[in-house]
Amino acid sequence: MNLEKVVFGFFIVLALTLNFGFFVGDIDNPDHHHAFELFAALVVSLIASVLKFGDRTHLGAIFLATSLVADLQLVVAAIFWGYASHVSPDGLTSAAMVSIVSMSGGALLANITSVVLLVAETITVRR
Amino acid sequence: MPSIFYILLRRLRVPLIVLITIYAVSILGFVMIPGQDDQGQVWQMSFFHAFYFVSYMASTIGFGEIPYAFSEGQRLWTVFTIYASVIGWIYSIGATLGVLQDPAFVRLRREHAFRRAVQQLRTPFYLICGYGDTGSTLVQALADDGIPSVVIDLDENRINELLLTDFLSRPLGMVGDASKPVVLERAGVTSPWCMGCIALTDSDQANLLIALCTEVLNPPLRLLARAETAEMAANINSFGGNEAINPFETFADQLELALNAPCHYTLSNWLSGMPHQTLSEPVFPGKGVWVLAGFGRFGKALYRRLQHAGIQVQVIDVRESHTRLPGGSIIGLGTEADTLKAAGVETATGVVAGTPDDGNNLSILMTARELNPDLFMVARQNQRDNGLIYDRAGFQLTMKRGDVIAHRIYALLRTPLIRDFLTLAMQQNRAWVNLLLSRIIGVVEDEVPLLWEVQVSMNEAPALFEACMLGGVRLEHLLRHPRDREQRVSAIPLLLKRAEGSLLLPAEDTALQVRDRILMCARRPVQGEMDWACQNHTVLHYLMTGEELSGSWLWRRLRAWRQARSGAAA
Repeated sequence: MNLEKVVFGFFIVLALTLNFGFFVGDIDNPDHHHAFELFAALVVSLIASVLKFGDRTHLGAIFLATSLVADLQLVVAAIFWGYASHVSPDGLTSAAMVSIVSMSGGALLANITSVVLLVAETITVRR
Repeated sequence: MPSIFYILLRRLRVPLIVLITIYAVSILGFVMIPGQDDQGQVWQMSFFHAFYFVSYMASTIGFGEIPYAFSEGQRLWTVFTIYASVIGWIYSIGATLGVLQDPAFVRLRREHAFRRAVQQLRTPFYLICGYGDTGSTLVQALADDGIPSVVIDLDENRINELLLTDFLSRPLGMVGDASKPVVLERAGVTSPWCMGCIALTDSDQANLLIALCTEVLNPPLRLLARAETAEMAANINSFGGNEAINPFETFADQLELALNAPCHYTLSNWLSGMPHQTLSEPVFPGKGVWVLAGFGRFGKALYRRLQHAGIQVQVIDVRESHTRLPGGSIIGLGTEADTLKAAGVETATGVVAGTPDDGNNLSILMTARELNPDLFMVARQNQRDNGLIYDRAGFQLTMKRGDVIAHRIYALLRTPLIRDFLTLAMQQNRAWVNLLLSRIIGVVEDEVPLLWEVQVSMNEAPALFEACMLGGVRLEHLLRHPRDREQRVSAIPLLLKRAEGSLLLPAEDTALQVRDRILMCARRPVQGEMDWACQNHTVLHYLMTGEELSGSWLWRRLRAWRQARSGAAA
């Protein structure tokens, strides 16, 4: 067992699960989507990206790319949430919530790709 | 993406994760710890406020407790986060600086920069392996001609020295073992802009390896190598179109020429000089008995040539057991008067100090001068640092190993017309050469003349090419001064080469034809003036006819119209 692989797999899968946890629920209902979950998903996603730095293989490049996509979507979602609840005069409307959750949905897809790649890589290595 | 970027990222993984974690924990703490707003209500920070607060707190900007004064719980957490974030930042910045200053990383970065610079070179360059005495002389000479060089050397100090020079075209340098194919490839041996590879390392074996690698990696590339033994020279010459240069043989050749034909030697010396070299005095070595001290590789090469020139040679060598020592040789160092007297210095015409030790060489020549002040003295200089003392001593000929090779290679790299000219000139008689020497003195000052090629071709000299297509251009037109055609530029056309044959010192009324190549000899600034005439229609027209031609389209139209009108009136 390789500790590096455990940590790597842990963060990638955790990024997906947290992202999924935030995503499920009615898309326009703020009560179904907790800010803490988005925060945790974003932090874990950032750490997962850093863990993917410096791998020069082709697969490593794709890993990094998917992770950067997830980061980008989650950061945009977080910024939009902050804008909607503090800057926008309308406050956190259901329309704003739809945008936030759909952004996190995009990140979810990127995270799924990441996990699929992880599984594919694991299957090819028969050790 | 460059590998260097990945390496940086990989080394910074831990500091980045530490920073992200510290920020995440701090923000989370502020969101969860309850505070009070200005009305005394319980108020919890949103992520937005927490991120804002942590951002300015961690970067020590410190706007204060925003938006409401903190509760005691929040202050307690702030104390923790201040220390955590400051430590996190110090660690991250320290780690980044550490990676950037890591010697291995610095070397990698330099190598990367070097590779990129070589790939981006878009002018013809030479690849020079070895930056010792020879290499530095050659790089400077090439830089004076505007040709950049790429240099590889094993010694980092030499490369640093190279990078600190302020040549017009900056040479590129890399620390590396040039006999390794990877290093050669990185230095651009396969680049289409590489004009030649020059192997000047101290080791003959390394030079051979460079020659082999070059031959395999880029077969048509020209290769010049230094080889100190005849066997290695033959080995390097045996494949491809390589040219191996043996400093001892080259110098011995020159000495033989100086003995047999002093004027021809002076001409050859002046015309193959390095840029900005001072014009050397002509030497006239006599053909009596010569004393040769030191019978190593240099001594043997000289012995053979002197014998060939029909000169009686008395050898002095320290090694009694030397098997190939000629009969009747004196055994001794040659630095003491007794040995020199025994060798007959008092009645000899010339003496050669050819030992591998500079101190001994100087001592031999000084003692010999005491015994016989009229001697023709030839000195071998081994260390470049001793150059000053050799110059002051005023020997007639000094053999500097590095310079001999550098001069030879520089002469080989320049236009092949110089070689053609010298081959033809060597067949001329002494009076012809003397006349030419005095003409050269007339056009130069105290530096050796610059030799360059004027090509009547579309790319090199468009104005001259078009004028030659129409006909009527004579050589004298080029020799007129572009600012005042009554004046003449002081240049000597040495050779005119065309398909039908070469003209040695072509006459001034020779009509120029397309594809002619002319070898010009003059002071450095003259080249610019002649290039101007060759490339600018207006200037060339003025030189040919004396008329000032207007450059603009409108004026040319007006002139044509006026000419047509005056023609009609007449």
